[in-house]
Amino acid sequence: MRHILSMLVENESGALSRIAGLFSARGYNIESLTVAPTDDPSLSRMTLVTCGNDDIVEQIKKQLNKLIDVVKLQDLADSEHTEREMMLIKLKAGRQDREELKRLTEIFRAKIIDVTEISYVVELTGASRKLDAFIQAVPEGLITEVVRSGAIGISRGDKGLTL
Amino acid sequence: MELSGAEITIQALIDEGVEYVFGYPGGAVLHIYDALSKREDQIKHILVRHEQAATHAADGYARATGRVGVCLVTSGPGATNAVTGIATAYMDSIPMVVLTGQVPTPVIGSDAFQEVDTVGITRPCVKHNFLVKDVKDLAVTIRKAFHIASSGRPGPVVVDIPKDVTDPNIRIPYAYPREVSMRSYSPAQRGHQGQIRKAVEKMLAARRPVIYTGGGVVLGEASASLVDLVRSLGFPITSTLMGLGAYPMSDRQFLGMLGMHGTYEANMAMHETDCLVAIGARFDDRVTGKIEHFCPHAEIIHVDVDPASISKTVRVDVPIVGPVQSVLQDMLSILKELGGKPDQTALDAWWRQIDEWRGMDCLRYDRGSGLIKPQFAVETLHKVTNGELYLTSDVGQHQMFAAQFYPFDKPRRWINSGGLGTMGFGLPAAMGVQLAFPDAQVACISGEASILMCIQEMATCKQYDLPIKVILLNNGYMGMVRQWQEFFYDSRYAHSYVDALPDFVALSNSFGHVGMRVEKPDELEGAMQEAFALKDRFVFLDVIVDPTENVYPMVAAGKGHHEMQLPPTMSDRELA
Repeated sequence: MRHILSMLVENESGALSRIAGLFSARGYNIESLTVAPTDDPSLSRMTLVTCGNDDIVEQIKKQLNKLIDVVKLQDLADSEHTEREMMLIKLKAGRQDREELKRLTEIFRAKIIDVTEISYVVELTGASRKLDAFIQAVPEGLITEVVRSGAIGISRGDKGLTL
Repeated sequence: MELSGAEITIQALIDEGVEYVFGYPGGAVLHIYDALSKREDQIKHILVRHEQAATHAADGYARATGRVGVCLVTSGPGATNAVTGIATAYMDSIPMVVLTGQVPTPVIGSDAFQEVDTVGITRPCVKHNFLVKDVKDLAVTIRKAFHIASSGRPGPVVVDIPKDVTDPNIRIPYAYPREVSMRSYSPAQRGHQGQIRKAVEKMLAARRPVIYTGGGVVLGEASASLVDLVRSLGFPITSTLMGLGAYPMSDRQFLGMLGMHGTYEANMAMHETDCLVAIGARFDDRVTGKIEHFCPHAEIIHVDVDPASISKTVRVDVPIVGPVQSVLQDMLSILKELGGKPDQTALDAWWRQIDEWRGMDCLRYDRGSGLIKPQFAVETLHKVTNGELYLTSDVGQHQMFAAQFYPFDKPRRWINSGGLGTMGFGLPAAMGVQLAFPDAQVACISGEASILMCIQEMATCKQYDLPIKVILLNNGYMGMVRQWQEFFYDSRYAHSYVDALPDFVALSNSFGHVGMRVEKPDELEGAMQEAFALKDRFVFLDVIVDPTENVYPMVAAGKGHHEMQLPPTMSDRELA
């Protein structure tokens, strides 16, 4: 099962490699990993998407919690949450495909953010599955390049992942 | 008080109460060594002959005393040589602080002379590590290192110190912090009372209980409480390699070690138990055998200070996260409060079954052999030393024979590399033990293959007059490798024969030590007595043993406890 693990980590050099190293050393999967500063300059927020059976995910969480750089950890799968990922996708948009691609963009509520005579760059935000669906929907052979941010997530309700 | 970074390093160690630093100088730590040389009235430095030995010696010191072992090595090769010892300590959860020199901060990342990414290289085998980039952070980082190394589940911590941080010309005010608080590090202080109560109730209801203990009992200083609990319940107890001595091994309730080379009675009791109480043990693959066959009838209670050890390989029914000592104390008071007793009738029947298994005499060997049997050598060692040794070990058959045939009755007496299985550990570890306890009898049991991996330390032993006794079980082979090749590779002994061995007696003499060789069973006891009578001398006793002897019983990798292979001297009738 897919889990989104949200972590507050010490904003120190080496914290990222400790976490990434844990996954490679113990043979766990990382589907995506994003990290950026928070409103507290001493902390970074890291969002890691992994998959595995319950025993493996439980062990992943325990091992992460053992790392001294990991200050707090939350498994978003434990509660209601919202998930977003951003994608920029460059499409071959020749004359015969331009209208269809534009329609597709509208259906997915995406935005065309760069246009040339033969290409579009489309920006799309949503749950990772929605991004997958867009890629599926693009007619074959029209994708030049895909860049995805990796998922981020936040729990619903008034409680937050804070110290 | 204004101090330089080098002086801060040494002063911080003194303020931590460090007695010995095991180390080897080099370019990046010269400022620190200069500062050290002015303080040797308060802190002693032991010059090893290879950085691996510095880590093993500090490790041995830590295992014997329970205090943090300390090493000081230089950058680059100094640090990489230390990695094996750091990983050894990590696998066995030994508290250790390793100070490594680093190239000056302005040249970090430029492939400078003797530069390696020490923090990167050691990251997977430390509890935590630090790179100190500013002298202002030095004292507090060292305090944190000792705090992390010695609390919770202990482990090694590396502090990497660039040379410019120790610059003698940059002086700052010094005050050693007594306390450190770390918002992301707070080891469990006490187990969950409801869970402990539940565990005690299950123990009282058990009909075929077994207590299975590990190194956590030794590390957690919980021997006395363990003995109280086991005696008051009357349960059988077995132990991992790392836990030997936490419960007196010569006691009737002790079933011997369990696992791959455990006793028949211990492993069969594991297979048949209905209530397994695991205390400070981590269900290592050498203990469990094939997981699908592990304790098939048991409800499992697991006490460990590290939550990540619980349900890692074997799913447990009653997890208790907490320091072993406090959990055992809580168990004892709940037992008292409940006033209950285990079902004595069921327990009597269980002991009858266990005694039947014991009757198999699974550790017996050919006592009539004209060659010295390694088992006989260990038994003789036990007799000659009245079971009072601090015994360090290398890795292989000799290690298993020692674990089987030298009953330790006290914790911290049996010192070996269990998790990593590091050949070369024994001799330098013995140095750390002997320095910690100058008047104690310290011996290293080894094989002719293991001993050569850190043989250079005989020079260190000479320099510091360490009267260690090396008991070499010399069978000419890497015995455990040879045994596996005999069992699983149709006796094709690929590169396990140790050709071109040195003359160990002459070698010992050349280091300035006493060397002795013994080849006949009837001369062994006398030779050992002679060796231990030389109280002030390092003695190397080269014992020529039967090269074909194997370690039994054996649970082959991928087998269950009930599928043990027993010594060939037993007839099939007895096995059925």
